[in-house]
Amino acid sequence: MRRTLPLTITFLAGLVMFAQFFVPHKLSQDALTYMTDWMRIIGAFALVLGIGSLIQRHTGRIRQRHPDAAFSAVALLCFLGMVVLGIGWKTEEGSPFDWGFTYVFMPLDATMFSVLAFFMASAAYRTFRARTPEATLLLVASLALMFGRIPLQRALDPHLAGVAEWIMTWPATAAKRGILLGVALGSMAMSLRLLLGIERSHLGTGKE
Amino acid sequence: MIGVNFWERLQRLDRRVIFILIAAVVAIPLIWPPRPKLQISPPTQKVFDYIEKLPPGSVVALCFDYGPSSAPELDPMAYAILRQCLTKGVKVIVMTLDITGKQMKSHALNRVVAQLEQEGVKPVAGDDYLDLPYQPGYTAVVLGMGEDVHKVFPIGTAGGKTQPIGTWPLMDRVHTMRDLSLVVDLASSNTPTMWVLYGASRFGVKVAAGVTAVMVMDYYPFLQSKQLVGLLGGMKGAAEYEQLLKKPGLGMSGMGGQKWGHLVIIAFVVVGNIGYFASRRAARRAAGAAEVG
Repeated sequence: MRRTLPLTITFLAGLVMFAQFFVPHKLSQDALTYMTDWMRIIGAFALVLGIGSLIQRHTGRIRQRHPDAAFSAVALLCFLGMVVLGIGWKTEEGSPFDWGFTYVFMPLDATMFSVLAFFMASAAYRTFRARTPEATLLLVASLALMFGRIPLQRALDPHLAGVAEWIMTWPATAAKRGILLGVALGSMAMSLRLLLGIERSHLGTGKE
Repeated sequence: MIGVNFWERLQRLDRRVIFILIAAVVAIPLIWPPRPKLQISPPTQKVFDYIEKLPPGSVVALCFDYGPSSAPELDPMAYAILRQCLTKGVKVIVMTLDITGKQMKSHALNRVVAQLEQEGVKPVAGDDYLDLPYQPGYTAVVLGMGEDVHKVFPIGTAGGKTQPIGTWPLMDRVHTMRDLSLVVDLASSNTPTMWVLYGASRFGVKVAAGVTAVMVMDYYPFLQSKQLVGLLGGMKGAAEYEQLLKKPGLGMSGMGGQKWGHLVIIAFVVVGNIGYFASRRAARRAAGAAEVG
């Protein structure tokens, strides 16, 4: 029963949404509105679950005196601090929550991302080698794209930008389209497996 | 004479040298920003032209689906598009499908409105622009907007006031997604795909996207199939847009850093490859000499 009921709900919900897409009747549109409301409610619950999981994981680490317990304490303190500031003083511009976002979260998040540039430069220097014909092709294409994305010299720029645009529009788009089609076919196959109850990994490994 | 050791040493260049060089070439142009003349790419031009041709009174939704990490690339796009719309009488709704975008959209809107007010343009809060709250579940939000925008967003904020959505004059024009002339999704995740799948394909709304440079290639197929009206790619896309708008800003300032950063990386890659081939050749010669000996 613990497996049959979720599988039946999955099958019926999938079937209704599939049929709804092709039926332009008012009843069908109402069904979409109703299901969309449900999705939003489930989305909100997922947020609650996520928060619950975060608290559980970090309190567990602190209780077990894990070597990284101090980081968990900081994560929990920051989380609770932002929750208190957000609920107590709202989140509008100029509020304490906004101050925390602008002067703590923004610089930290931006710094983490900026560090990537340094590692990318170092990795490019050490590993980007024309060892094989394929690697050479990749190297030439990437150099052309990098030149095409920057202003160099007014007489040269239209040509470099043109080469970069050509690579993006034709060979790269063709490859990307192939990947997208593969992903779409894979998604359809996976959806069918879920609807027909063949794919059951999302139900967990509990006993019947 | 340059020996094996030189090339080997070059291959093992201390990474701190690379870090210092990158830091220098990115930081210096930020302090003294250049004003380069850019070659406008067709996808950027398409977004600009589409908004330019909208009649006054049209409504554009600007979706901020990014956080601070992508702000240097996407914030300048947001400022430029907000400025373009509000100065030509196109009304703007700002919204987000990403929780971190909540503060980003409010900051961008308030900043541009304050700048325009200083310049004598007075956009009316709640009539010319409106800030919609974050709602969880992005697929459900996009699908819900296709049915009834008022139901998905029960409240809206403008001019420091938060009121029921129906009380804002701008929302008299917008009931479903079909009432929007354009949705521009500024994103650091796959939300533009969501807008194409559910917004454009299902409800027929026109969609344009502004994405980080690493994501640009993901959206070229949608551009070619005309499922996207246009596409702004990374800081260059933002700088191009500022140039079209004749209002250089953060995007244009960042192009100096991007230019020298790219050139240094290209130089490192070229030098690394020269070192690789030279050391391989030297090793072969040494092996040949050993065999002869």
